[in-house]
Amino acid sequence: MTLLNIDATAIDWARAQFALTAMYHWLFVPLTLGLGLIMSIMETCYYRTGSTFWRAAAQFWQRLFGVNFAMGVATGIILEFEFGTNWSNYSWFVGDIFGAPLAIEGIVAFFMESTFVAVMYFGWDKVSRRFHLASTWLTWIGASLSAWWILVANAWMQHPVGCTFNAATMRNEMTSFFDVALSPVAVDKFLHTVISSWVIGAAFVVAVAAWYLLKNRQQERQLAIKSMHIGAIVGLVAAIGAAITGDESAYKVAQVQPMKLAAMEALYDGGEDVGLTAVAWVSPFEQPDYAAGGEAPLRLAVPNGLSILATRSLHGYVPGINDILRGYTRADGTVEPSAAEKMERGRTAIEALAAYRKNPTATPPAALTDNIKYLGYGFIKDEAELVPYVPVNFWAFRIMVGLGSLFILFFACVLFIEWRTKQSGSFPRWLLCAAIVLLPCAYVCSECGWLVAEFGRQPWTIQDMLPVSASVSDIGSSAVALTFWLFLVLFTLMLVVEISIMLKQIKKPHPELAGA
Amino acid sequence: MNVISRVARFYIDGFRQMTLGRTLWAVIAVKLIIIFAVLKVFFFPNFIKEHAPSGHEADYVASELEKRLSDNE
Repeated sequence: MTLLNIDATAIDWARAQFALTAMYHWLFVPLTLGLGLIMSIMETCYYRTGSTFWRAAAQFWQRLFGVNFAMGVATGIILEFEFGTNWSNYSWFVGDIFGAPLAIEGIVAFFMESTFVAVMYFGWDKVSRRFHLASTWLTWIGASLSAWWILVANAWMQHPVGCTFNAATMRNEMTSFFDVALSPVAVDKFLHTVISSWVIGAAFVVAVAAWYLLKNRQQERQLAIKSMHIGAIVGLVAAIGAAITGDESAYKVAQVQPMKLAAMEALYDGGEDVGLTAVAWVSPFEQPDYAAGGEAPLRLAVPNGLSILATRSLHGYVPGINDILRGYTRADGTVEPSAAEKMERGRTAIEALAAYRKNPTATPPAALTDNIKYLGYGFIKDEAELVPYVPVNFWAFRIMVGLGSLFILFFACVLFIEWRTKQSGSFPRWLLCAAIVLLPCAYVCSECGWLVAEFGRQPWTIQDMLPVSASVSDIGSSAVALTFWLFLVLFTLMLVVEISIMLKQIKKPHPELAGA
Repeated sequence: MNVISRVARFYIDGFRQMTLGRTLWAVIAVKLIIIFAVLKVFFFPNFIKEHAPSGHEADYVASELEKRLSDNE
């Protein structure tokens, strides 16, 4: 299949490359956010008690934070390179919207993190305890604020607000910074993403502590016991918080990206009183025949669950894939046009845009302004393109929710056993092994969340405005394929380096913890 | 000692006393060189700058989008 002179595989390679880079970047960011919180809590314990143990404990976790921080630095920059090379149409189209958040992110990340990270590492015994503690917390706050602006940019792509399309410049221009920065989708995305990152930080701390206890390392025993305690508390609170914010995120998805929700649920035909699918058989290897209607085989559902999740009403109407393609009426009475009508109106908008650019008038023609909302649909050839790949959405969502629930159970279990054994560190061996096994699961859970967010919005780079087929540069697939493999090798190498430095730091003796 | 020299001394002493930090800075330096001096320069040019005459970027993007539409028809 070719699109213009573009080999369709150029789109696939560009998407694969972006996914690879983003997923790799996301291995570091959540640990920075999660471990940053826990090390700050530990230093707060030092500040409050003056105990040398807490000082050594905070320094221990800060060292591991530093390894992760150093490995993650600048991995996100590569995404911006890819925008400019592989996704140039998209990059031009959104430039004015992304400029402000990304500039703020750069400034905040550079000044706040770099200033306070330096004080955190170099400032022991050189600045007051209070100032040092403030620097540690501000390092974490700076990292979280950086995440805010990146997530604002991502949220805008999922739900473009606070902007207007300028046909003369071919760019979206920001009309309200606050609408963009405080969009409800951005707020939910930030809360869910950051809080779920704390789960990864907690899982990491508990896993390292469990390893010390399994190995019966006496020097690190007190560190392990206290870290299990703090890690499990943070983990339990965060896992519950992630469930609550995840529910709110799903509600927002139902409002602004109903096709994504339908794909997550493999909901072919919608209706009222729709159940939330607990399990069903959706083949991971092929797009299901949603057009035939019915429901996925072996489906077990929580009665009315999806209606409550999507509409906050027991009997609420939830559209399925076929309803969205055919057109349906929303709960507020507005009629959502069929895919065919949107595609027709999109083509009208693009033709009007072309005519306007050839003969510019004082104001853009009505054919453009009336149909601009559907501009992106004009690039869609077949309405099947509007349906995201259901298996990835369906399974990634279930893995995320399943593992998230498992973490609530696990951290509760750690705290219960800890309470029963009076914080003696006498954890059963199976629990310590589980703590180590669950660490990679925390990453899988988090990456699955991103899979749902990004696969679910296909074919759009910007929801309803610009599909991937129009966003991609007219670039040869071999060039993108080459850099894809280059990145794969580079990223794997860097990951191996990080893990080996991290393991070396964990495994080496820590006499300072024993003597504290 | 004025504030600037105290801050400078703070950083110089900090860097001097690094142990693990030396390794991490080495990794960061290698990574930044690869990212900015190799990847950016040789593999990630600004596509629009390379293909559109200066000041006519919007025209280029518009024509690209029109071509995508005509390919669909």
